[in-house]
Amino acid sequence: MTEFQLTESRVDPANAIYSEIIPAGESWIHPIGRGQTFRIVDLEGNQAVDTLFYDAQDFADRYDFQNTIRAQGNIYLTTGSRLMSSKGHCLLTITADTCGRHDTLGGACATESNQVRYALDKGHMHACRQSFLAALLRTDNGLEKRDIPNNINFFMNVPVTPEGGLTFEDGISEAGKYVEMLAERDVLGLISNCPQLNNPCNAYNPTPIQVLIWEAADVS
Amino acid sequence: MSEILFEETLSPGAAWSHILKRGTALRLTDSEGGANVGAILYNADCPVERLNIPDTLKAQHIARLTQDFVLYSDMGRILCSITEDTLGWHDALSGCSNADAIITKYGEARYQEHRNDFHQNAHDSFLTELEKYGLGPRDLSPNLNLFSKVAVGEGGALTFSSGHSAPGSFVELRAEMNVLVILNSCPHPLDPNPVYAPKLVRLTVKRVPPPSVDDACRVSRPENGRGFTLTERYFL
Repeated sequence: MTEFQLTESRVDPANAIYSEIIPAGESWIHPIGRGQTFRIVDLEGNQAVDTLFYDAQDFADRYDFQNTIRAQGNIYLTTGSRLMSSKGHCLLTITADTCGRHDTLGGACATESNQVRYALDKGHMHACRQSFLAALLRTDNGLEKRDIPNNINFFMNVPVTPEGGLTFEDGISEAGKYVEMLAERDVLGLISNCPQLNNPCNAYNPTPIQVLIWEAADVS
Repeated sequence: MSEILFEETLSPGAAWSHILKRGTALRLTDSEGGANVGAILYNADCPVERLNIPDTLKAQHIARLTQDFVLYSDMGRILCSITEDTLGWHDALSGCSNADAIITKYGEARYQEHRNDFHQNAHDSFLTELEKYGLGPRDLSPNLNLFSKVAVGEGGALTFSSGHSAPGSFVELRAEMNVLVILNSCPHPLDPNPVYAPKLVRLTVKRVPPPSVDDACRVSRPENGRGFTLTERYFL
């Protein structure tokens, strides 16, 4: 069992300027200003949080999983990971993490990929890419399907073996675990709180998460 | 039986694109050894459907690409099958070089002084080629690096394998849809070689038989059987 380096945050939830509960199966889209701190809390444990970020001034510049893992020479995300964009900019830096490992290879579930992965008759089941599309349609900001790149799965555990195998393991997160990041630019955050019921990424029981934002001045 | 339709050369550092028709295959041959070919794939009939690397990896429980695996689009369909491969590992994780990385690593080499040996980067090369099909920066998707191996260690660290591709290595992609294939032979972004030394790659386009009921890619995993079913339904 790998020992994870855990980093606690020093910010006080009482000082957050924004707090929202996102039920499983729902999406969230919201700006995060440069210098603000953004936290995602896994309220009940083992909940995958499919997350994307866009440069708020240039939506064509968005989270890029390949640039992110190449920049740090490692596939797993944790404290110190710089979340890189398609144009090579750092969008946010992870500053605290009480879970220890997050995935960015597994992408988002989709009705179509569920048909491939589980059974042709699973196409009706709710999926993250439905939520992403619904969020973009709801906000009417010009973003379209082609603007949905491959995402981060916070709190999800997708180990890769030295032989090139990839597995979906039981989550390593627990109730109350959180990941926190500092916005290095003005960004737009997009989340699908994952509704997947076909694999252990949500412990077969998708649950709510909480998102919080702090102003720069409230972060010591 | 396959029939060669045409052959071309992908020059060192250059780009190439082609709509590979369903029923044809593209063989890439690393004649000299040590090549890297960045590749992005789109459904030519509806390009908002495109290669999805996470979907490809998780459907087949892999973090590498080789023979008998397939390349999935975001719509649950198979763009290409990998029907032949002498290498056992092609990289799907590491992405591509950009202008800053090439200048930092190799220095500047402009066309004015170096003619067609000027330094090119994969990111801008993909963008230029995409524009030819009416696609822009918002359409640039993550890429494969054919002929390159990047393994993942116990703690998640990436390791590039120098000398992975021997002279004469080849990989063959059979199109299961009409696939816009965009390639360039810029160096792998993690290649430690301090000299900008892209390699020449031979490209062979062939007509090939449709995948049979016991096709190796179709039967390699139950997921791929369903992927072929969804792909074949698309053409009904």
